[in-house]
Amino acid sequence: MQKKDAKGNLTIKMFFLIFLLAAVIVVSTCMGYIKISPRQVLMVIAAAITGDTTSLAETGHVIPYVIMAVRLPRILTSAIVGAGLSIAGVVFQGILMNPLADPYTLGISAGAAFGAAIALLSDMMFLGLYTVPVFAFAGALVTLVAVIFIASSDGNTSSNNLILSGIIVASILSAGISFLKYLADEQVSIIIFWLMGSFGSKTWLDVFLVLAFVFAGFLVCMFFSRDLNIMSLGDRSALSLGIETRRVRIILLITASLVTAGCVSVSGIIGFVGLVIPHLMRFFLGPDNRALIPTSALAGAILLLIADTVTRAVLPHEIPIGVLTALIGGPFFCYIFRKKRIGVTRG
Amino acid sequence: MDKLFCIRDISFSYAQKPVFSHLDLDFERGLFYGILGPNGCGKTTLLDLILKNRKPDSGNIVYRGNNITCMSRRNIARELALVPQDFYINFPFTVREVVMMGRHPHIPRFADPSSKDMDIVTHVMEQMEIEQLAEEHVTNLSGGEKQRVVFARALAQDTPVIIMDEATSNMDIKHTLQTLDIVSKMVRERGKSVIAAMHNLNLASAFCDRLVFMKAGHRIITGDTSDVFNEQNIKDIFEVDSKVYFDMYSNSKQVIYRHEK
Repeated sequence: MQKKDAKGNLTIKMFFLIFLLAAVIVVSTCMGYIKISPRQVLMVIAAAITGDTTSLAETGHVIPYVIMAVRLPRILTSAIVGAGLSIAGVVFQGILMNPLADPYTLGISAGAAFGAAIALLSDMMFLGLYTVPVFAFAGALVTLVAVIFIASSDGNTSSNNLILSGIIVASILSAGISFLKYLADEQVSIIIFWLMGSFGSKTWLDVFLVLAFVFAGFLVCMFFSRDLNIMSLGDRSALSLGIETRRVRIILLITASLVTAGCVSVSGIIGFVGLVIPHLMRFFLGPDNRALIPTSALAGAILLLIADTVTRAVLPHEIPIGVLTALIGGPFFCYIFRKKRIGVTRG
Repeated sequence: MDKLFCIRDISFSYAQKPVFSHLDLDFERGLFYGILGPNGCGKTTLLDLILKNRKPDSGNIVYRGNNITCMSRRNIARELALVPQDFYINFPFTVREVVMMGRHPHIPRFADPSSKDMDIVTHVMEQMEIEQLAEEHVTNLSGGEKQRVVFARALAQDTPVIIMDEATSNMDIKHTLQTLDIVSKMVRERGKSVIAAMHNLNLASAFCDRLVFMKAGHRIITGDTSDVFNEQNIKDIFEVDSKVYFDMYSNSKQVIYRHEK
């Protein structure tokens, strides 16, 4: 019975999070330089989905354009990136059996940053606006391959090996980035700005690209979520329970890294979400990855979207989104963490 | 006689250090085997080889007529359950959740545990006297309690063979005896087979039907406990002087050691 209750409870929490995400999407679409009412937002979205534009006669041309071409792509991109980083965070913490891991532990961010910095510095534009994202993605991939190659030298790819080689590769790349910044001289601000992350001027193409990565990654991670639970018992136990630990670890590692690389290449490096959201959800729901992956995805989407809306529509000037996620999420996390600790020692 | 494992001509080495060379060893079904030997003699390695956790450099291991290299890991997990010595977990799963993980090889992907799975989990938690800890986080348990949880997980796996790697090393004496009683009862009444690496010679003698004495670079000594549990073998394998006698109270051969005062 107990198990059934827990399951019902999870469904309620999932629906609550889905509802909350939908509400945040609508509210944040209303907010901005031009104020739009929630009713108009819903009408425009409904018209876009059904393709029936007759109901929009009274709203004019500006509002549908602002919603569909400017605000929604940015809003959806930030929500999907938040979801992707959170999923990757859960999976990295699970595979590396280390609650301190995050999507960037294996140096994916440093690789993406290095790739982006090269593209920004050399002013390469042969792929148009997508030059920098493509370079960032390539940088992340090369880093991933290098880290796995170094870590699997003893044929085992253990968690410790992965973390260690991630740190080594990331520090080499960081030195490389510093060197590029030094070379960039006056252009250095472009690199720094990219590194801090932004959702400015996102298009529907961005939305679909990042959605493809995150959704495919989500499916793969859910497929292996029970295996991931058991792998937290350690390799020997997991093997004896019938799990091909090495294969599952590599598949999940590559999946989570691709999700991270996809997110980073459209948004720049946004820290904190991937570390804290999995922890927060673990506090509320326990460590079962089957519950943790979908709820973290929703919570991450909500947090990052709120942060992006604050910087876009509330503050007088945009400040880097990475800074803001930490400023919003950090104190909340501290509060929960302390409350939970007190609960544990008293209970 | 019904063969459980036929180990033929196995060689295995870590990096350059050989552990086994051309090892032949048989295990029969329905018996409680104790594996005894000094630290680093390869007890755990032997268990890992028969579990297919490690691959031998050469040779064959056949489990009930099937070469284990041809068996899928999931199939092996339905036949062999491992109780490892150390248990390490960084995430606060509850005791019930960890014991339920033992049902993993029997539950299809995406399916929820059936009521049979739940009954098995409840039953083994009662057997191991951990039902009052069911909703506790394993991360908050003592070493001995964790070992009982791990044991319950292996029992939940409900396999014909149980492999124990110093599985009672952290338990108090009451729970050690209880645990060994449970498994030896399974051997006698339900025809299960147990292969247990152990350190305590007297417990091994009291519970095991057969013993396997191992020593690095030595011939393996194996046979019925009553035949091979003697002063000469203990001297050869462990390099200690001892006296073996039949003890009426435990109804088994027991050993006492000489040591410098």
